[in-house]
Amino acid sequence: MALKIAASCVNCSACEAECPNEAISAGDGIYVIDPAKCTECIGFHDDPQCALVCPIEETCVIDDSYPRYQAA
Amino acid sequence: MELTDREVAEAAIKSGAGNVDEIMQKMAEHKGCETNSDGGKKASCGTEAGENDLPPEIWEKVKNHPCYSEEAHHHYARMHVAVAPACNIQCNYCNRKYDCANESRPGVVSERLTPEQAAKKVLAVASTIPQMTVLGIAGPGDPLANPEKTFKTFDLISKTAPDIKLCLSTNGLTLPDHVETIARYNVDHVTITVNMVDPEVGAKIYPWIFYKHKRYTGVEAARILTERQMQGLEMLTERGILSKINSVMIPGINDEHLKEVNKAVKGRGAFLHNIMPLISAAEHGTVFGLTGQRGPTAQELKRLQDSCEGEMNMMRHCRQCRADAVGLLGEDRSAEFTTEKIMEMDVNYDLATRQAYQARVEEERNAVAGAKANELQILAGEDSDIKILVAVATKGSGRINEHFGHASEFQIYELSTGKGAHFIGHRRVDLYCQGGYGEEDALETVIRAIKDCHAVFVAKIGGCPKKDLAAAGIEAIDEFAHEFIEKSAITYFKRYLEGVKDGSITHVDKGDAEIRPGEVAVDVVNETVAAE
Ligand code: SF4
Ligand code: SF4
Ligand code: SF4
Repeated sequence: MALKIAASCVNCSACEAECPNEAISAGDGIYVIDPAKCTECIGFHDDPQCALVCPIEETCVIDDSYPRYQAA
Repeated sequence: MELTDREVAEAAIKSGAGNVDEIMQKMAEHKGCETNSDGGKKASCGTEAGENDLPPEIWEKVKNHPCYSEEAHHHYARMHVAVAPACNIQCNYCNRKYDCANESRPGVVSERLTPEQAAKKVLAVASTIPQMTVLGIAGPGDPLANPEKTFKTFDLISKTAPDIKLCLSTNGLTLPDHVETIARYNVDHVTITVNMVDPEVGAKIYPWIFYKHKRYTGVEAARILTERQMQGLEMLTERGILSKINSVMIPGINDEHLKEVNKAVKGRGAFLHNIMPLISAAEHGTVFGLTGQRGPTAQELKRLQDSCEGEMNMMRHCRQCRADAVGLLGEDRSAEFTTEKIMEMDVNYDLATRQAYQARVEEERNAVAGAKANELQILAGEDSDIKILVAVATKGSGRINEHFGHASEFQIYELSTGKGAHFIGHRRVDLYCQGGYGEEDALETVIRAIKDCHAVFVAKIGGCPKKDLAAAGIEAIDEFAHEFIEKSAITYFKRYLEGVKDGSITHVDKGDAEIRPGEVAVDVVNETVAAE
C-alpha cells in the first residue's frame, strides 16, 4: 500500500518535507516514494500529504500494485 | 575577470552617475535629512519621490539597497540564490515547472542550489563584484515553505560575509511562524506578495493553499492566506523589520482592488508597494495564460501606480528578477557563476577591498549630487499642463550611453514642469520567450513597447530605424549621446514647450503601450566595468 509519483513531477521537493514517514526522496529525474515506508499517511493525517501539497494534479497517486495500507 | 577591484572602482568613478531625483535624495540624505522641522522625518528621501516620508532609520537601511532605492540600483548590486524550490500555495499566474512567478518572470528555471553551494556562490560573487551588497532568497518556490534551506543559507552567509544584507520574498502563508527566526538572522527586508485583502477576490487568484496538513480551496483558502499575510506584516512591523509589498496587477480581477490593498498594507507599516504587471501568455501554461487573462497595458499600470503614489512610496524600477539573478538590476551575470564554475573558484573574501570600493561609490554619488543640483533650474519659470514621456537607452550610470539597436530595455521618464524628469519605469524590448515572439520584427517590438513616448534618447541610431520611429510619431534623438539623462531630457522638454508656444510643434497625446517584460541577455556587461 503506497502512493507513487508520476512522470509529471517537476521536482519542487514540496512533498519530501511533508511526508511523516520520510518515504520521499529525490530520485533519478523525478522524486520517488519508497513503498516500504509509505503508509498513505494513515496514522498521521486524514489525507496523503504529498498529494495535497503537490502543485501538479494527478502526480502523487495511489499505486495499485500494492495492497491498501491497514492501520496497525 | 581581468580587472582588479581597484580598476573596477576607478572605472565606476569615472563613469559618473546620477539624476535629478537621485540628487534630491542624495542631498537630503547628505544633510542627514534633518532639514524638516519635525526632525524625525525627512523629505525626498523616499525611494521614488513619494509624498510620504521615510523615517531616517529606514532610509539608512534601504539607501544602498538596489531593490528598494531607485538611486542605489545604479550603484549597488544584488543577487538571488535559488535554494527554495517548494511552495505551499497555488497561484493562477504560476506554472510550477518554472520559478515562482511572484518574483521571477515565467519561463525561467533557476539552477537549484544546496545551502552550502549557495553560500559559496555568494562569497564568490561578492569577491568578484564588490558592489554586491544584498542577498535575496525568492524562490524558485516560497522561501518560507523551505525554512530549513532558507535559514541554513542565511546562517552560513551571516558567518562568512557579515556585511551582506539579507532579504527574502514570501507569499506570506507561513510568515507568522518564522518572524522570530527572521529577526534572529537580522533579515532587514522582507517582501510579501499581497494580491488581495478580500477573500472573494483572492478566490479568483489562488485555487488552493496547503496549510496545517490540509488543502483549502476557494474563498476559505484566500481568507486564511490574507489573514496570515496581514498578521505576518504586523509582526514584522512590530519588530522593526522592513517590509515591502509586491502586488501583481490582474486587469478585471484585482486592479481596482489594489488601491484597497495599498491602504491595508500601508496601515500595517509596509514601507514600499511595488505593483507589477501580470505577465501572461498561453505558452506559459499557467491558468491565467490558458484562460486568456491579459496583463495591464503600460498606461493602465502607470495610472494605478500614480493613484497609489499619494498613499505611500511606490516602486517603479522593479524588473522582476529571476530567482538566481546576479548583478546590478537590469543585468544578469548569473552565467558567470554556475555551480560548476563556483565550485572550482578559489574564493578569497576580502572585506577591506569591498569597503574601500563602496566608499568610492559613495564619493561618486556625492560628487554627482553636488555638480548637478541646479539642473531643475533649466525649467524655472516654465509652467505648463503638458506632460510627455520619453524613452532612454542607457547602460546605467545615469547617462544616455546605449545604442538604439543594442538596448534590451528603455528607461521611461515623464517630463513635466512640476517634477522635471520623473523616472516612471522600464520597458523591456528583448525577446523574453524565444518560442513566443521569435518571429516578430525586432523594431516593431520596440515601437510597440514605447509608442506612448514622444521621443527616444539614444547614443546612436541608424537611419532606417530613425525613419520608422518617426513614422510612429517617436522622435529619435542622439544629440545628447553620453550626457546625463535628466539634464538632456529637461533641455529637450524646454525646447518642446517653446515649440508648442511658438506654434512650431503641435502637442499631441500619445496612446498606450504594451508591457513586455523579458529576460536581460546574460552576457550584458557589468555597467561599471564597461564604462569608458
Ligand atoms: S502518502 Fe503520506 S506517507 Fe505516503 S509518501 Fe505521501 S506523504 Fe509520505
Ligand atoms: S510535490 Fe509533486 S512535483 Fe513536487 S517533487 Fe513532489 S511529486 Fe514532484
Ligand atoms: S507563491 Fe510563487 S511559487 Fe508559489 S504558486 Fe505562487 S507564484 Fe508559484
